[in-house]
Amino acid sequence: MKLLNKSLERDSGGQVTMVPDEAEDMWHTYNLLQVGDSLQASTIRKVQTESATGSVGSNRVRTTLTISVENIDFDTQACLLRVKGTNIQENEYVRMGAYHTIELELNRKFTLAKKQWDSVMLDRIEQACDPARIADVAAVIMQEGLAHVCLVTSSMTVLRAKVETNIPRKRKGSCSQHDKALEKFYDSVMQAIIRHINFDVVKCVLVASPGFVRDQFSDYLFQQAVKLDIKLLLENRSKFLLVHSSSGHKYALKEVLLDPVVTGRLADTKAAGEVKALEEFYKMLQHEPDRAFYGINHVEKANEALAIETLLMCDELFRSQDIAKRSRYVRLVDSVRENGGIVRIFSSLHVSGEQLAQLSGVASILRFPVADLSDQEEDSGSDSD
Amino acid sequence: MSRHRNVRGLKYDEDLEDDDVYGHSVDDDYCISPATAAQFIYKRDDYNVRAFIEEPLEEGEEEEEPSHNNHPTLPGVDQARLHSCLDRMREVLGESVSEQVMVDAVLSSQFDTQQALDLLLSQEGKQTSKIKNKDAAPLWNPPIGKVKDQPGRVDCDIVPKVAKMTVSGKQITGFNIPSTAAENDRLRKNETLGSAGLEASSKTNSANPALDEPTALQTPIKSSSKAKQQIDVKAELEKRGGKQLLNLVVIGHVDAGKSTLMGHFLYLLGNVNKRIMHKYEQESKKAGKASFAFAWVLDETGEERERGVTMDVGMTKFETNTKVITLMDAPGHKDFIPNMITGAAQADVAILVVDASRGEFEAGFEAGGQTREHALLVRSLGVTQLAVAVNKMDQVNWHPERFKEISNKLGQFLKQAGFKESDVAYIPTAGLNGENLTTRSQVHELKAWYNGACLIEQIDSFKSLQRPVEKPFRLSVSDVFKDQGSGFCVTGKIKAGYVQSGDRVLVMPPNESCTVKGITLHDEPVDWAAAGEHVTLTVTGVDIIKINVGCIFCDQKAPIKTCTRFRARVLIFNIDLPITQGLPVLLHYQTVSEPGTIRRLVSVLHKSTGEVLKKKPKCLTKGQNALIELQTHRTVALELYKDFKELGRFMLRYAGSTIAAGVVTEIKE
Repeated sequence: MKLLNKSLERDSGGQVTMVPDEAEDMWHTYNLLQVGDSLQASTIRKVQTESATGSVGSNRVRTTLTISVENIDFDTQACLLRVKGTNIQENEYVRMGAYHTIELELNRKFTLAKKQWDSVMLDRIEQACDPARIADVAAVIMQEGLAHVCLVTSSMTVLRAKVETNIPRKRKGSCSQHDKALEKFYDSVMQAIIRHINFDVVKCVLVASPGFVRDQFSDYLFQQAVKLDIKLLLENRSKFLLVHSSSGHKYALKEVLLDPVVTGRLADTKAAGEVKALEEFYKMLQHEPDRAFYGINHVEKANEALAIETLLMCDELFRSQDIAKRSRYVRLVDSVRENGGIVRIFSSLHVSGEQLAQLSGVASILRFPVADLSDQEEDSGSDSD
Repeated sequence: MSRHRNVRGLKYDEDLEDDDVYGHSVDDDYCISPATAAQFIYKRDDYNVRAFIEEPLEEGEEEEEPSHNNHPTLPGVDQARLHSCLDRMREVLGESVSEQVMVDAVLSSQFDTQQALDLLLSQEGKQTSKIKNKDAAPLWNPPIGKVKDQPGRVDCDIVPKVAKMTVSGKQITGFNIPSTAAENDRLRKNETLGSAGLEASSKTNSANPALDEPTALQTPIKSSSKAKQQIDVKAELEKRGGKQLLNLVVIGHVDAGKSTLMGHFLYLLGNVNKRIMHKYEQESKKAGKASFAFAWVLDETGEERERGVTMDVGMTKFETNTKVITLMDAPGHKDFIPNMITGAAQADVAILVVDASRGEFEAGFEAGGQTREHALLVRSLGVTQLAVAVNKMDQVNWHPERFKEISNKLGQFLKQAGFKESDVAYIPTAGLNGENLTTRSQVHELKAWYNGACLIEQIDSFKSLQRPVEKPFRLSVSDVFKDQGSGFCVTGKIKAGYVQSGDRVLVMPPNESCTVKGITLHDEPVDWAAAGEHVTLTVTGVDIIKINVGCIFCDQKAPIKTCTRFRARVLIFNIDLPITQGLPVLLHYQTVSEPGTIRRLVSVLHKSTGEVLKKKPKCLTKGQNALIELQTHRTVALELYKDFKELGRFMLRYAGSTIAAGVVTEIKE
């Protein structure tokens, strides 16, 4: 993302103008937007014109609109952001107060104005505009009969394709059905890779599986590539990296990102960092349960004691439409920072973020043990449903 | 096609073999050509059993029958000839054919025993085949009709087909020769009504008070329709009386020699052809892995042979003196534990193979080895009897100290894991040399200090289990594949109840119903199968895409429950990281493995008393007993532990290790 203009004060109103230049930026924008903000962007509007004679014509017009945001919709698969709202600026085609849905486009600037910018948002802008590009990684996590083809960027894990087939077992005297089904399965995974992985962007393809599936698959892949002369695969052969995982389910991506072979090759991606932080939290919980807290009430208590060393938070919490709730989280983040703690904001699209979200969304590692508070408070963040 | 022919050929061979094994097969009693026997052997079998069980009923009928029939009119000489003929026929036929039938046959063949026998047997054959084709057309010639119909009726008692039931209704009138035209009409009406269903037919009978005379006849109909269920159960128990069926899983650390041990075992039992064994030896030598020759018996895919690692459960069967064993050879490698779980979920007893050689046992037994994990897994999956094969004893010179050391170490651990000491046996073996497998070893070093059982004796002495045959039908699918002919096949173990070919069954979670066209047990077609058996069902009426490994086939009237959220009581294993809410886990239940998350930690329970120690714990650590709530991504079919012990157990795995075992206590939604 490129930042063109920024005229704002922390904790007061202001606006920024930015140009998204890759799909991930849509995700950042999604995390910045809130109901009540005003957004100005170029968009296409279908306009009906009535001529003097009464004949009605309709044509599509590109125009720049400013809307007051009412509804935000993010499509993870296509990385599309649709923002619905009412028009708040005079326009030659659109009446004031008329509804319009802006679909933000790549490489077209937009301006976002808010009544209040908080620290978390400013961080987000900074993060989005960080020029240090981290390699995009594609990961194929598979086991016999199940494969997930994902794209891992610094703040998103997008599931591109899921291949699931039934593979008959080996039976006494007949393995042919097993072998045939396996071949078919490999073929569909190969097709998924060719179709969904853009090798221009992706710097590395991780092929992870338990057992020997990955070896078998990569043999198959390159045999077929030679046989069918698929240049795309042959040219990018060096990008493939075989790693161990315990299963073919999506959450096994966590193990893959922690694998030393992968971390060595990818440097420290945000995704891997998040996984590591969460792992540390769990380790602390095992060894010193009084130094690992989760749930907003508990964490706030710990914060009052100035005990928080690392705060893990899921970005989902900041997308809350409830202003009071959101500011509560922002306050927590600010105060932890003030006290010299580290704050890590997890992307809810990553597997680790998903897990943290399930774990009430807030967790913290403390500097010193604080007595267990769970007895005093019965309902801590866990909804009864 | 060639495979098809192959299978048929095989079946024929096995039939012949069976003759040798049993020595005294049903065919011998009947003196029928093998072809006929092969065609009808199962009907005959049931028929025999049924005749045995239902004896009182049969007698009742027989008492009634002579009153309608008239052989007392015979002159004295003929009477004597008749009796001598009957005696001779009985020698051949045994008790399987009623006296009345024989009498009729003798009369129609004019006291020629040979001819009467021919008549009887050929009629029988024809009749069964006709009934098989659901030929509902009446066979209306009274004198031979009785002879013809007799086996038909017996048949219909066993096979639950409506068409056959109607035949039975008709055939009974065959005994009442003085039936009027009006009665015929009435019976026809009954017949059409009866085709609506078994119960319906008996209802129409009883609901029709005008039928005063057939009340006596109704009883056999009713009792036979009721008896249908009992017959299966009893017949099964009867059959088992000879050889009990037992599912055995072989577990242990990778490279402990599980496949080699069992491969050699099968070879010594004669289950593996010498020629094939020679071929394996040659090929494995060529591949530079001569020691893997025996493992190749069970490791059949190219991949497994090439790498020398079992990857999926290998399944085969063998027989001991008192048991028929379904053998499952589980993979030992850490990555294939999911496969091992599917195998172990279907087992009743287990053999734990440990490597006795220095360092190897320790590697398998210490943390990270599979010996512990496997033993815990099978225990949690309901296996209570265990034989420990201390393998590769030849490599430590059959040293008694080593054996004792291993059995002590393992004994302590197994006791903790919940095995009763009396249910665990230790046997020194050498898989590659084949020592102490099927015969007691003659090796000096071993004989000096060991005079216990060899492996096969131990397997033979496993206690057989009580199967929940009375419960509604449940089968967990472990494999789905296409076969020749219509429909497709599913393989799995019947967990409860029984199934007959022709049954409509329900598949959960897809919630589809389908028809069982055929049942295969150990590569032989059977008409029914009951709990504990590992069978292949041929099903039609449902798309193969909808059926996955892990589906449960169940009774339509008592379907299994489905849900995405449930509560369970779990025992936490030895884990590195604590369990919190939100932890993504892999749920292994029967043959299914489904990703899910831990939704809530409800409470920590006391290990033995089960009282609540702490509500809403922050996390669960190793060894704790807790109540948790689980959420799965997709719907799974589950049973409560209190309803179905076998079907209420599951495993939780995370990042390649088993973190907990549990039982389902409450189904949420």
